[in-house]
Amino acid sequence: METCEIAVIGGGPAGLAAAAAAKKHGVDGVLIIDRDNRLGGILNQCIHNGFGLHTFNEELTGPEYAARFVDEVDRLGIRCMLNTMVLDINERKEITVMNSSDGLTEIKAESVILAMGCRERPRGALSIPGYRPAGIYSAGTAQRLINIEGYMPGKEIVILGSGDIGLIMARRLTLEGAVVKAVAEIMPYSSGLKRNIVQCLDDFGIPLKLSHTVVDIKGRTRVEGVSIAQVDGNRAPIEGTEEYYACDTLLLSVGLIPENELSQKINLAMDPVTNSPIVNDIFETSAPGVFACGNALHVHDLVDYVSEEAAIAGKNAARHVRGPRTAPGRQISVKAADGVTYTVPRTIDPQRAEGTVKIRFRVRDVYRGHCLNVYFDGDKVQSSKKMILTPGEMEEVTLKKSDLAKRDDLKEITVKVEKE
Amino acid sequence: MITTLTCIVCPMGCSVSVALENGIVTEVAGYSCARGKKYAEKEVVDPRRIVTSIVRVVDGEIPILSVKTKESIKKDKIFDCIASLKGIAVSAPVKIGDVIVKNVAGTDVDVIATKSIDAA
Repeated sequence: METCEIAVIGGGPAGLAAAAAAKKHGVDGVLIIDRDNRLGGILNQCIHNGFGLHTFNEELTGPEYAARFVDEVDRLGIRCMLNTMVLDINERKEITVMNSSDGLTEIKAESVILAMGCRERPRGALSIPGYRPAGIYSAGTAQRLINIEGYMPGKEIVILGSGDIGLIMARRLTLEGAVVKAVAEIMPYSSGLKRNIVQCLDDFGIPLKLSHTVVDIKGRTRVEGVSIAQVDGNRAPIEGTEEYYACDTLLLSVGLIPENELSQKINLAMDPVTNSPIVNDIFETSAPGVFACGNALHVHDLVDYVSEEAAIAGKNAARHVRGPRTAPGRQISVKAADGVTYTVPRTIDPQRAEGTVKIRFRVRDVYRGHCLNVYFDGDKVQSSKKMILTPGEMEEVTLKKSDLAKRDDLKEITVKVEKE
Repeated sequence: MITTLTCIVCPMGCSVSVALENGIVTEVAGYSCARGKKYAEKEVVDPRRIVTSIVRVVDGEIPILSVKTKESIKKDKIFDCIASLKGIAVSAPVKIGDVIVKNVAGTDVDVIATKSIDAA
């Protein structure tokens, strides 16, 4: 069996940042495994700009952001297996991979970093009646077809869901000569970034129909049109509000699902809200030496935060392999309550924390003029007033090690959205 | 002339109205912060965008090269810029940052490669 010190599964932004950090912290035997023929992951097809404002203080396109990290991984001499699919992994950190040159190979790692990213929610997950004609794509598939392979998926488009990829594709398709007739969003608000709504829809006069959904798809062999109806407070279509849009293509931008089949094979403790592994403050899962980061951990809006979190995972994977390994200390649990849907991390070791610890999370609804409050057991220790909180934007609070250290009896940290 | 736009500085998305007379801002209303006021003024007086698109690649490991305007160009030049990219094919290898079109659509801004592509 082949061996390596740290196996990084996935060569997208998370895997690249984790691998580079691990190598820089003294581990030579880092191996990146990716199923694509190129490092960079989904960034390769995200050709729009707006990446890296936090990390590099400039607005890069996806491929440019990826190139910064790919170059670093090259410079550091990190080994990469491309065109290679990870089929299986077990609790002894034995990984089964397959590619067309070596066939099946088993690799035993001392530490594993899970960075598989996420997948788009498919049509099958929605209950839209109609036949199964050609011309229905997830927004990311259309993005790959246009930006990597050079094919236009259609000429007249309707987009269901106002996630960022759907918004970005509305602009891409318009620029490439298609007519985007409407974007329908079942919720009363968009989950996309405001900047994308303005620069991808408003700039081109594309209507965003909030509280609307697709209720019928017409066409047997190819999409001929869709019916869009308004929905009520329970997201049920309101009879009599249907409008027919003739189109040859329907794009779906209806959510992303962390890809965690491998995590389940190692029986990691999972968070039912994010469907991804539960991690502590160093991004270690319930299995010692197995770390998780990137969109496989929780779906991000900004790649900068992916790189930042993955670098912490990489550094600590290096510590797991090379030391100094500190004995697990006291664990403070982190709880999401009142409008906060989940938190990353779920536990914090106050002795191990360096300087500050960030807790990232999403909120359940749109809240105006509410506060993000942090409680240490029953005591409110932090409060910050927010003009607006929306489920589409990841939020964070920062805790100081010094504040955690002051409370040696602290058992639970709770993050809440409250009126005051 | 009064233009109403959605501010993109933060998720609030304030609806900001800007009154413009002879190219000079005379009144701004509806903003909630100084950054929003500044954004709205700039967006009305001189709206600009970085334009990103693709061109074909000949003999490359992949058939499509992603490109962008090196700086932002005037918003009303977006479609002229895209039109100038139609029909362009570059030969691999291409390096990230290579100039693909000089002075695109008379904007004084170059279109550059955002990806490196090796020869097939």
